[in-house]
Amino acid sequence: MDQFLQHLVNAAVLGGTYALLGIGLTLIFGIMRVVNFTHGELYAFGAYTVYLIAAALGLNFFFGLVVAVVAGMLLGAMIEITLLRPMRQADIDTVMLVMIGAWIVMQNTELLVWGGVAKAIVTPFPDAPLVIGPVSISWLRVFVLAAALLLILGAYVLIHRTKLGKAMRATFQDPDAAALMGVHIKAIHTATFAIGSGLAAAAGALLGPVFLVTPTMGDLASLKAFAIVILGGLGNITGATIGAFILALVEELGAGYVSSGYRDAMGFLIIIVVLLFKPTGLFARAERVG
Amino acid sequence: MRQYASKTALAAIVLAAGLATGAGAQETIKVGVIQPLTGAFAASGNYVANGAKIAADEINAKGGVLGKKLELVIEDNKSNPTEAAAVAEKLIVRDKVPVMMGAWGSGFTLAIMPKLMEYKVPMLVETSSAGKITTSGNPYIFRISPPSSVEAVAFAKIVDKLKIGKADFLVVNNDWGRGAADDFGKMFKEHNIKVGLVETMDPPAQDMSAQLAKIKASDADTLIITTAVEQLTLIFKQAAALGLKKRIITTGGSQNPDQLIEQAGAAANDTTHITFFTPWNPNVSADPAMAKAFIDEWKKRGYPFAGLTESFRGYDGIRTIAAAINKAGKAEPEAIRAAFWQIELPGMNGTIKFNKAGPAGQESGQSNPGIYLIKIENGKVVLPSA
Repeated sequence: MDQFLQHLVNAAVLGGTYALLGIGLTLIFGIMRVVNFTHGELYAFGAYTVYLIAAALGLNFFFGLVVAVVAGMLLGAMIEITLLRPMRQADIDTVMLVMIGAWIVMQNTELLVWGGVAKAIVTPFPDAPLVIGPVSISWLRVFVLAAALLLILGAYVLIHRTKLGKAMRATFQDPDAAALMGVHIKAIHTATFAIGSGLAAAAGALLGPVFLVTPTMGDLASLKAFAIVILGGLGNITGATIGAFILALVEELGAGYVSSGYRDAMGFLIIIVVLLFKPTGLFARAERVG
Repeated sequence: MRQYASKTALAAIVLAAGLATGAGAQETIKVGVIQPLTGAFAASGNYVANGAKIAADEINAKGGVLGKKLELVIEDNKSNPTEAAAVAEKLIVRDKVPVMMGAWGSGFTLAIMPKLMEYKVPMLVETSSAGKITTSGNPYIFRISPPSSVEAVAFAKIVDKLKIGKADFLVVNNDWGRGAADDFGKMFKEHNIKVGLVETMDPPAQDMSAQLAKIKASDADTLIITTAVEQLTLIFKQAAALGLKKRIITTGGSQNPDQLIEQAGAAANDTTHITFFTPWNPNVSADPAMAKAFIDEWKKRGYPFAGLTESFRGYDGIRTIAAAINKAGKAEPEAIRAAFWQIELPGMNGTIKFNKAGPAGQESGQSNPGIYLIKIENGKVVLPSA
């Protein structure tokens, strides 16, 4: 029982981190329909930015988090303006190839700038864990979970409760109608990609200190993010969040009670089962036709 | 007479041209080096490649091999087995290297091995430790790193002193990790040590909390971990966060203890590690003078101290290859292969000398180096007086 409680807590913490990865991508992949291979690199970019501010320059850790998110948004906006804007009329395959190119360039730039040795970020949180009965958890992870939940809530409010969110949804459902209603289409594209990128950078900034910062850290992150987005249903923030917690729970209990060697396989098994029975993901809404 | 003169002149020109091209082509002896210079294992691969360069520079400063300079042709396997096989073929076919060193990970080395059989070119294995590299009947393989079976046998000499009652394993899910769990498990049983859980993790996995929670709940007193430094750092941090209080011993020699101390902080304290080189105290090394000189040169080039536990492999590897070429008397694959069996030279962790391993008739060469047990205490590496 004690072990089971620990597994549940681990899954909650891991789920929070997966959700952070998923919601950024669901905006870009789910709403904009851009197969964003740079998502993992923005994640790594966020982590390296915190490393630069907090570890290399020795400034405040929380200041580093904020800088990472802002820098991630700026980088995202730059990618949108230089790479995606000229490709607006191109088909999805062409855009995908451009994004794969951008992914390779970004990853190798990180390797060139930072080298291959993993970096660790020291945080102001105490080393001693928080112990509640049989369950033990590090303070850093408690903070990451809280921050993740806040960001998820923020993203939800942005998409569903603000004028910008409404304009975003309108633009990607029917760009012509949205333009006729006075929505600045170009700006909305840039803003959506920038927000999605900012969330990826936030995920990297929060998880970099939990794990290690390496140039290839984005690969696994982006794989999980795509899985979560597909599991939860494209473009659905609630779906991505619940999908993330389901994936984390399956991985954690699978590794704890079935076989740790098949940990990742079990996550993908769940996705295959979901797609067999609900091809649009667990929480997809009816799509507008025409 | 005129005819004669022109004939001599012609012969002289032909001879001169022949000499010139001959000299041009054979000025250097090429040695292929395959390492993961980018990708997940970039840090370790670059350390080994830099160690190899120091060895080559040292050899060339002393006049080279067979009067020619040693030229390293270093290729990147991108931490990917498919790439490893591709660059091995490139080195053999395009660069015409008569011998190679590679390829860090067991998966990369195993991917290259069929190419060695196909083109009949020998390869010195400097890091990989999967057992089947030397037991699958590939006569072009000469390994200086200890496979986990050799490591387990060496560890057996000190294991009784550690008084382990029951051990769990947490190993990386590849040939290296699973091989270590098998070989150490077998040795433990011979020493009446019970083996409990054997948990695995994917090579790129970052969250091992699930495995550690399970291990925390087990009744074993010791946890044996086999993986490289990045995952070890994460495991130590996550084990500390879970309040896991068991003796931790790591195997495999890719721990970079100084990097662990720097990155895992207090979580690395009171962990024990089986390493293959002791840069903290070169006097313990098999050849202290050589070890000191290597460490000094490494520092002079501005490389991080933590890299020494990897880079010495590249240094020993290239020196072994140079010795084999010298013994062979010519830079040809078959002659070098034969010469590997005859050489004996001092390495950082004992004498390098190849013993036969694998099926009779097509044995691979395996050198049996010594191992060292170190402990991290209060953020410092401590060598227990063995």
